[in-house]
Amino acid sequence: MYGKGLRALSITTALVMTGAFALVFFWAPEDADQGFSQKIFYVHVPMAIIALCGFVAGGVMAAMHLRTRDSRWDMRSYVAIHLSIILGVGVLLTGSIWARVSWGHWWVWNEPTLVSFLIIFLLYCTYQPLRFSIQDPERQARYASVFAIMAGAFVPLNFMAVRLAQQYTHPRVLGNIAGNLPGRMEWTFFASMLGMTLLFVTLWKYEMTSKHASSQLRRLKRLLGEGENPAGRRSAAPAAAETAAPV
Amino acid sequence: MTGERDSDPSAPREDPARTPRRGPSTATAVGAILRKELRVELRTLESVPAMSLFSVTTFVLFHFALNRDSVSGDLASGILWVTLLFSSVLAINRLFVADEEQGGFDGFLLAPVDRTALLIAKFLTLLGFLVVLEIVAVPAFGLLLLEPSLGRVLVRLVGILLLADVGIAAVGTLVAALAVRTRARDLLGPLLALPLLVPVVIGAARACAPLLGAGHPGSVPVRWLEILGLYDLVFGLLAYAVFDFLLED
Amino acid sequence: MTHTLELVGLERRYGERIALADVTLNLGHGATLVVFGPNGAGKSTLLRVLAGLLRPHDGTLRVLGHRLPDEDWAVRGRIGLLGHDPLLYRDLTGRENLRYHASLHRVDEPRIDEVLEAVGMERRADEPLRSLSRGMVQRLAVCRAVLHDPELLLLDEPRANLDPAAGALVEPLIGRASGRTRVVTSHDPVGGLAEADLVLGLRAGRPELLEWAADVDPAAIAELYR
Repeated sequence: MYGKGLRALSITTALVMTGAFALVFFWAPEDADQGFSQKIFYVHVPMAIIALCGFVAGGVMAAMHLRTRDSRWDMRSYVAIHLSIILGVGVLLTGSIWARVSWGHWWVWNEPTLVSFLIIFLLYCTYQPLRFSIQDPERQARYASVFAIMAGAFVPLNFMAVRLAQQYTHPRVLGNIAGNLPGRMEWTFFASMLGMTLLFVTLWKYEMTSKHASSQLRRLKRLLGEGENPAGRRSAAPAAAETAAPV
Repeated sequence: MTGERDSDPSAPREDPARTPRRGPSTATAVGAILRKELRVELRTLESVPAMSLFSVTTFVLFHFALNRDSVSGDLASGILWVTLLFSSVLAINRLFVADEEQGGFDGFLLAPVDRTALLIAKFLTLLGFLVVLEIVAVPAFGLLLLEPSLGRVLVRLVGILLLADVGIAAVGTLVAALAVRTRARDLLGPLLALPLLVPVVIGAARACAPLLGAGHPGSVPVRWLEILGLYDLVFGLLAYAVFDFLLED
Repeated sequence: MTHTLELVGLERRYGERIALADVTLNLGHGATLVVFGPNGAGKSTLLRVLAGLLRPHDGTLRVLGHRLPDEDWAVRGRIGLLGHDPLLYRDLTGRENLRYHASLHRVDEPRIDEVLEAVGMERRADEPLRSLSRGMVQRLAVCRAVLHDPELLLLDEPRANLDPAAGALVEPLIGRASGRTRVVTSHDPVGGLAEADLVLGLRAGRPELLEWAADVDPAAIAELYR
């Protein structure tokens, strides 16, 4: 059911991403201070924004899970957070590269966005270990949801605190994200933003489809009586949709 | 076989669907749990002495690690808050262990009591532990490491400490309840608590820094107190909203 | 007619594994249901579901006339659970433990002395639990389970750690004579059958045997453990 329209979505994503990259490299003007290296901004910032939105969305989905007790919400939340963690690695890497070429250091503490992202990333790194160390799948889902809600609320709060903690703000391109960018930069930024959003949604749908398919497969195997010993299978990923799967 | 069976052909002697029992008020239940917590702590001395000892030892470590006889300002505030935070993790890790291992959760859940009572009682327990820790750790810090005297800024310092303690206790209670029923609770407790408490450290350490300055104590910028207050409010409400889900099975 | 327990197709899973399935039975007021079954057959799970500590995954469950888990507020405080865990704090004394539970259940102080005396623990009630033997702790757990005069008793091998004398002491509190509706798990076919009205045999979470006690052949119980 998550596979519906996936092909069209994938093609759109590929086209938009290609277009956005073309704009980044051939159309957007070079930054007066930072030159060519500033172009990593078009990857780094949308990626950070999408990852943060993914974390918050994971929290909202987790709240839906606790409200409805429908395990599919837990799986949606899990996939969103899981993808955001992967994007988070990308954010920290690109941010670090950007810091290196712009300021000559691999890490800068006066960049509040990057610093608060690191804190949030460190927190979410415990999401998988938390899931893994709870054996009962139902409790695992519930506890993971409580974590996701807590961490989701933490994201904006932490941002505020870290931002306030910077005594002086560095002159940055993203002072007011895209607000005071010159026109071409602004359009390129929006194209990258759109591409990244589509990429996230596509990946999310892919993973949901595959999780759904494998749980269906396990259910069928179990019905045929040749399923693996369920007690022997231990996983940090939710395996719940099979119990409530509308085929 | 799944046939329905009546075990007792005669009619019930008493209507089992009689009115539900009225339990104690939430305040009474909180009081009962608090008394129990206090008694267990006084008998086992598991949390508060360990926290206090840990904090004093950490100050000694800082003296050698930094090779400084006295500190002030930013550095002093940072040392104080990192030490308090790590000491509080000791209590967070132990907060629900006795309940998990000795059936305290089931015993509580069987009683006709609002489940929030457990959250409030544990929050107050942790808050109490933190206050006692600070009664030991802050004077010890003043004695061992701090350059300016504490007397002049005591009232303002106590205010910041309390504001931060509420946040630590709210998040700590939630994290403790989350971690205690996992296999890796000793690891997950600190790993969850420390990043979550970064805003508390930012707010509290920055707020305290002007008070611990070498010269005349500066004024406390209001925005740090606002951050701490907002943090207390958000996580207090959040703990209230999600705590029940950690208890049911 | 309202039964104390009404179970229809009750099911509880542990992940994908079935812990309890297809349990359908009614139990009238004051009757005793004895549950037999090998270790891991789902006996303890059944008791925890009936106590409202585990929510059922399927089927309907009415306890004391209220649907669980939706109306669990209405039955809490009316059930006494005596499991393998005494549900008492080891660092507190028996009396302190009971006082704690008494205030959670709004029970008066004299009732604590009453139950302590009934199980012969009034002399050792002021020692921390960790200095007491398992049998004594079990007697205190009996006190805890009946402190609030529950209408329904859920007993998981209640006499496991008790010597015969102690077993006789707790009989008026948790035995047939208590007049309470009871669900008792047992491994002892003879003793279990003697106190049963209805017998349920579980294997791998499913009922293999559901008969009036009078109609049960002890060999059928032994068969469960094969």
